Amino acid sequence: MKQNKYLEDISEIKNMMSRSSRFMSLSGLSGILAGIYALIGAFLAKSNMDYYIYSSDSSEILTRTEFSQVYGFSALAIKLLIIAFSVILAATVTGIILTYNKAKKSGEKMWDVSSRRLLINFGVPLLIGGLFCFVLIQQEIAGLVAPTTLIFYGLACVNASKYTLGKVRYLGYTNIIIGLIATQFIGYGLYFWALGFGVFHIFYGALMYFKDEK
Amino acid sequence: MSLIDNINKAFDHRIRLGIMSILMVNDYADFKMLKEMLGATDGNLASHTKALEKEDYIKVEKQFIGRKPNTRYSATPLGKAAFTKHINALEKLIRK
Repeated sequence: MKQNKYLEDISEIKNMMSRSSRFMSLSGLSGILAGIYALIGAFLAKSNMDYYIYSSDSSEILTRTEFSQVYGFSALAIKLLIIAFSVILAATVTGIILTYNKAKKSGEKMWDVSSRRLLINFGVPLLIGGLFCFVLIQQEIAGLVAPTTLIFYGLACVNASKYTLGKVRYLGYTNIIIGLIATQFIGYGLYFWALGFGVFHIFYGALMYFKDEK
Repeated sequence: MSLIDNINKAFDHRIRLGIMSILMVNDYADFKMLKEMLGATDGNLASHTKALEKEDYIKVEKQFIGRKPNTRYSATPLGKAAFTKHINALEKLIRK
């Protein structure tokens, strides 16, 4: 009888400690889907780039639409930007929906102290990385943009991992390493992106999903 | 001396157990956060924090954020030591 009460007390203590310091409802499935979106995006980007580079009418790569003349973008750059933003949007929306569902199931609030803290600790390094990428483009060192996004994303994951599922830390380390390797292979950024954001999201997402949610 | 002696009566309630657990892993927590986490009513939570404060296990700081009063709680070193002892006692009793 008493034994049970003590056991309950201990599990309540553990539950409160982790729930008050970590946001546990992050969905592994959303990681898998984000990785798949990233791979689709990378594939579309690659085929668009090939089309512009290898198309018989090679002058097309220099063709600027009316829109692009105004804003100074090439048609390819606009397409790539659209692809990138679609991937980010799809991944974010999926992440929010799946996390909301998981939070509801486990009785955790989606928007509470722990999720706010998680978002701040994830967002700050990411934002700084984003600004730094604009500087790289401004200084015309665009080749380093892909490695930089990977490295800062990795740092954001490592920083955020203290406040959510611990495996996010390893996703972070992996992306940092891939980013550093990518600095030595400028021009192949897309492949490293597909590996870091695509393959490893799927890998760690699946690890989280099958370990914690099944 | 039996093992039961290490079980601290001050922690013998779900809400107090929760308050101490939260304050062990967070530098501080305000009233609203404790309320959200523990799902307690204002009056209920206030009486339990008062009891822990009387034992010198938690420290209460009242301050203003802008014009709103804000009450912040943190665990004292004495409270942390007492709670650790309590957890150890619980674990020993379970293993018996």
